[in-house]
Amino acid sequence: MLSETASLVFWVIAFVTIISAIFVVSLRNIFHSALFLVLCLFSVAGVFVLLDAEFLAGVQVLIYVGGVAILMIFAVMLTSRMTNSEVRQQNEQKALGALVAFSFLLIVTGAILKTMSVKGGFGLSPSPSVTISTPHAIGRLLLTNFVLPFELVSVLLLVALIGAVVLAKKDGD
Amino acid sequence: MLDSYGTVGIFLVVSVGFVVVTLGIARLFRPQRPTPQKLSTYECGEPTVGSSWVQFNVRYYIFALLFVIFDVEVAFLIPWAVVFKQLGLFALVEMLIFVGILLFGLLYAWKKGVLKWV
Repeated sequence: MLSETASLVFWVIAFVTIISAIFVVSLRNIFHSALFLVLCLFSVAGVFVLLDAEFLAGVQVLIYVGGVAILMIFAVMLTSRMTNSEVRQQNEQKALGALVAFSFLLIVTGAILKTMSVKGGFGLSPSPSVTISTPHAIGRLLLTNFVLPFELVSVLLLVALIGAVVLAKKDGD
Repeated sequence: MLDSYGTVGIFLVVSVGFVVVTLGIARLFRPQRPTPQKLSTYECGEPTVGSSWVQFNVRYYIFALLFVIFDVEVAFLIPWAVVFKQLGLFALVEMLIFVGILLFGLLYAWKKGVLKWV
């Protein structure tokens, strides 16, 4: 089980994550929603740290907080209707959204209960002890067992890049 | 392991606390007598023109997209750099192929002229 401090930190992070997530979907100004999304993603990085997934936490901050969130803020600023603050940002299909969220909650609860019956404990369980740092292990695996997927990632990124250029070029001209 | 993140936690608490405490103390002690002139936006002493929510040029977006793609590349460079010394030449060739493929994308974007600011 986690130490007292760690579980306290977990509850603080969970609180920040949930509150900021609620703000993301409920604030009127979509730009403020984007800013709270940054906070939400950053707190998720905190959860990754608690789970001993340091590399994942770093990637979360680097790509989601640093990249994807910036992209979203740009997209908001590029939208011409941004100037009109009267535009409704809320989802029109609240009932359907609630249904989907509730079913997801059921699935996750089921998964947690199943894990509990296997491990016999509640809360964050300590990950299997890793003797080397996570970036180390990931790098070793990427360059030995998973070389082909690793190279395919660059092809995937190339496709994304060319797609972005083609789409943006059409808009630009 | 978690203890080393205690420093990060202390930094977070101090940085948030610093802002809250300084602004909170200022709020407690400053006089508050707002007038319409005082509340207006300051723009080099000139009367402001239009809304501050202007629509940005769409050209910024392609730079943001390119940034995210190379951001992901960096995320893959980190674990490579950590194990590079142990795997040696093989790792170097692997990464050269990886970066080389992406270089084609950059050359394509360059050729298409999206990197030029018109």
